[in-house]
Order: sequence, then structure tokens, then C-alpha cells
Amino acid sequence: MKTENRTARSFRIPELTYRVWKVWRRDFDVFMKTYKVNFFPPLLEPIFYLVALGFGLGIFVQSIEGYSYIKFIAPALVSISIMYSSFFECTYGSFVRMYFQKTFDAIITTPISIEEVIAGELLWGATRSLISATIVSAVVAAFGLISSPLYLLIPIIAFSAGLMFSAIAMCFTSLAPNIDFFNYPGFLFITPMFLLSGTFFPLTSLPQFMQILARAVLPLTHVVNLTRGLMFGNLEPTLLLSLVWIGVVTVVFFLLSINQMKKKLIK
Amino acid sequence: MLEVVSGRGNMGSEVLIEGQNLTKKYDDFAAVDKIDFQVYKGECCGFLGPNGAGKTTTIKMIHCVLPLASGTLTVAGMNVSEKPREIKSMIGVAPQESNLDPDFTVMQNLLVYARYFDIPKDDAFKCAEELLKFLQLEEKRDVIIDQLSTGMKRRLILARALINQPQILLLDEPTTGLDPQARHLIWDRIRSLRKQGVTIILTTHYMDEAAELCDRTLIMDNGKIIEEGVPTELIKKHVGEEVLELDYDDKVMRTLKDRFPEARLEVVSDRIRVFTTQPHGVFASFLEDFPTKGAAVRNANLEDVFLKLTGRKLRE
Repeated sequence: MKTENRTARSFRIPELTYRVWKVWRRDFDVFMKTYKVNFFPPLLEPIFYLVALGFGLGIFVQSIEGYSYIKFIAPALVSISIMYSSFFECTYGSFVRMYFQKTFDAIITTPISIEEVIAGELLWGATRSLISATIVSAVVAAFGLISSPLYLLIPIIAFSAGLMFSAIAMCFTSLAPNIDFFNYPGFLFITPMFLLSGTFFPLTSLPQFMQILARAVLPLTHVVNLTRGLMFGNLEPTLLLSLVWIGVVTVVFFLLSINQMKKKLIK
Repeated sequence: MLEVVSGRGNMGSEVLIEGQNLTKKYDDFAAVDKIDFQVYKGECCGFLGPNGAGKTTTIKMIHCVLPLASGTLTVAGMNVSEKPREIKSMIGVAPQESNLDPDFTVMQNLLVYARYFDIPKDDAFKCAEELLKFLQLEEKRDVIIDQLSTGMKRRLILARALINQPQILLLDEPTTGLDPQARHLIWDRIRSLRKQGVTIILTTHYMDEAAELCDRTLIMDNGKIIEEGVPTELIKKHVGEEVLELDYDDKVMRTLKDRFPEARLEVVSDRIRVFTTQPHGVFASFLEDFPTKGAAVRNANLEDVFLKLTGRKLRE
């Protein structure tokens, strides 16, 4: 009876106001203080990958689905940057702000609620994805690897998928007893996604059950599917499926992460 | 009604914060256990108590960041469970631990914080400049937080707590770890805020600080309020006016018991402390009759009251 009461009280749709953006704005202001350092990695990293894997390894690889290897991996690089920037922002970044800097404690003594703080963090994570993906797309475009103007929609995909990765990351943050904990989702979730989501070779090369598994539980699979479709101008029905998959997972984890974080912080 | 007013001297009689049967539980442990209290408009009210007594928990419930287990708590007539945003916008909070934003400068910390309160940028800037002056931090305006001393950080936390021009100020151990200079500056500013009509709630482990600043103190222990009152009256009530301290000796002990049968004798690490309700001067005449080496008579203070009520056992 008592536990029932408690769960009924603790899980709820958060009431969010415009104040969410004030939290977002704080993170944005910090980011802009060190913007030079922040803009370099997404600018340089794809260049390394394109040179090493595209030009270097690519010579030995036959064309995949009619595309050269360097062209095949280009959308994957955009997708990986979406995943990394939001996931790390809302695990390590949010944990540092919550635990070491006590930033959340400071904000909730103002009219801003804890739900709004977490929502602001999630939106900021999504924004990091948008910024990174935009830079990486520009680099990829400079290499002449884009064949459709639909790639201009990538920032929108980046923000949506970024919000999904942020929300998943925040759920891990709500479970983290200390900062080293994030090694687990790093090795057990992010690394397999990095390699097995149709990033550096087509999903169809995997055994049947792994393909199903990748489509069912690895969010990056759907992000790669979308970016590849947009950059090459292949509008297949699977894109819609990926979009819906991302939408549903985002909503579920958005609500879950805010509730879990509230439970962790307000006792 | 008249009695109530006269009882608290020159303070207003308007209750600004009121807790009734206020309780906070963690599983079966009651951190705050059915307490009733009032804080009056314009007073400086001290919450005293050993570690774990429930002071910080009570404060966090007042500024709406901790939900209550049961009971009611109102601030300016508003229920904390119903109007958290309205209440938080009229309160300034200076927490125990520094939670300043290390990525920002002193000025930016104030401006970003002002934004959380929807204060327009120009007003925030003007207010921040005044607060930096008020707390002698003007020269540190553009310095990153990491480069500030502990004392400067505490002053900045106080400045930040004032950015929304609060009617109520909650200070959780405002001078812990500070040197006497910094401490006195903060005391001085607290007094001046009180004079401006800000209602102040303060927790502290320093009894001299409480006696210095507080119009009224509430002493908490194990989640309950065990005593409350004006510091000078509490001292008179619980420990009298003077305390005699002398080195332990069986013979001296017997003499004391003969001479002050009603007195409370406390022996701690080979010193005897004698507390009596008898008037000023009794100890002086005792020492005239029995000159004792190492004996001293001092005024009773709030620390004597605190130790009497909460005991000498270590907490935590």
C-alpha cells in the first residue's frame, strides 16, 4: 500500500515552463567561454577518420551498395558525432555539474524546479549534438561526399537523435554512484554501437539475429539509417520507421530520466 | 495578543514562517520530528543544534527543495507544497557548501543567477554592482571563482543570495571556516540587512555568533526543538549569570557541595564548572573565603546552555 502510494506520487509527467531555457542558456554560456576548444574536435576528428579509413583503408574495400567506402562511412561519422556529444554531455558533463559543482542545487533554490533543470540539461545535450553534427556535415560536404540537398535536414535529425541520446545518458547518470561508473555504458553500450550499427560496414554483413538485435536495441542504427538516407537522397520507407523508433524512445527516456533524476536528487 | 508583542521586545508580531507538526522522514528515521515553530517578520532567528539535529533539513523545507513527510509549513501565508516558485522568489539562500559556478567570473555568477529569477539584465547588472560594493568584492569582479579565497567565496555566496532582493534570507553556517576578519565583515553585513527589514534565519555551530546576531534562537536536537528564546534569557534560565571554574580536587568538591547545595557541578577533564542560579557575586565571595589556585569566574554564555541541553557526547 505504502509503496504503491510512493510510485504513484513519484512518476509523473513533469510540468515544464520557459525556465528550462535558462538552464540551457547557462550551459550554452559556459560552452561559449571555451568555444575554441569546443569547436576543434568535431572539426578535426572527421578529417582523421576520412583520411585514415576513407583514403587509407578504403583502397582495399570494394564499393558498398554502389558507394565508395569513404562515401559510405561519411554519414556514419555524422551519426557518431551526434551520439558522442550528447551522450558524454549528459553523463560526465551533467554528473560534474550535479555532483562536483553542485550547480543543480544552486539552481533549484531559485524559482526553477528540478524537472526544469534536467530538461534544460537534456536540451543542451541535444544542442551539443546539433553543433557537432553540423560541423561534421560541413567537413564531409567539403570532401565532396554528399549527393543530396536533403542533407540540410541533418541538424534537425541531430537535435532529435541528440535528445534521445541525452535522455538515455541521463538515465545512466541517475544510476551513477560515482563518475567511474560511466565506463560501463561506455564499453557495453557506446562502443558496440560505434562498431555494429551499420557504421563502418553494412548491417546486412552481420548474422541475421545480430541485425535484428541492432535494429531493436541500438539507437545508433536508426540514426545512421536516417543520415545515410538524407545524405544520399534515398527516401526509403525504413527512414520513417527509424524516425518513429527514435521518437518513441526519446519520449520514454525523456520522461524516465527526469523522474529518475528527481528521485535521486530530492529525497 | 499584547503579551505576545511585549514578550519579543521591539520586533514585529507578524508571523512570516510557520511550521506545524513539521516532519521529515528517511525510511524510519525522522530527521525532523513533528516540530512547531514560528519566525517573525524582521527578526534574526538562529537554529542551533549539534550535527544531524535537523537544522539544514528544516531550512531546505522552508525554501521548498525538500518535500515534507507530514505537517504543514507556510511562508508568508503560502504553503510550501503549493507555491514553491512564489516562495523561492522571495527567499535568498546561502548554503553551507560553495555551489558557485566555477566556469564563470564573480560578476557572471551574479548575472547568471539573476537570470534564473527573471530579473531584467540592466537591473541585474546594477544590483550586482551594488552587492559587490556591499560585500567588498568590487576588485574581484572579473576574477574566476577558483582564484577566490574561502572568505571571498562566502561573501560572493551572500551577494548571490541577495540578488533577488529577498524578504527572507536563509544562512546555513555563514561563517564556518573563516578568519576573524572575514567573519566580522559578514556579521556586520547581516546586522545591516536585518536593519533594512530582511527576516533572517541562520544556522551556526558558533554560540558567540548566535548570541551576537540572533534576536531569538531555537535549539534543536535529534529532530526536535528542545528550547527556544532570547539568548540572554536562555542563559539566565539555564545556567545563571556566572560560572565558576576550578581544578578538580576531592576536598574542593566537598566544599562546593556544602556551600552551593543547589548548584550543578560539572566535571570535565579535571576541571570543575559550577553553575548556580544565585545572583552575581556569590563566586567572588566564595573565593575570598577559600582562595583556590587556578580558579576563575566568568560570565555564563550560550555555549553553556547548548552543552547543558544537548550534552557533551560527540555526534556523527
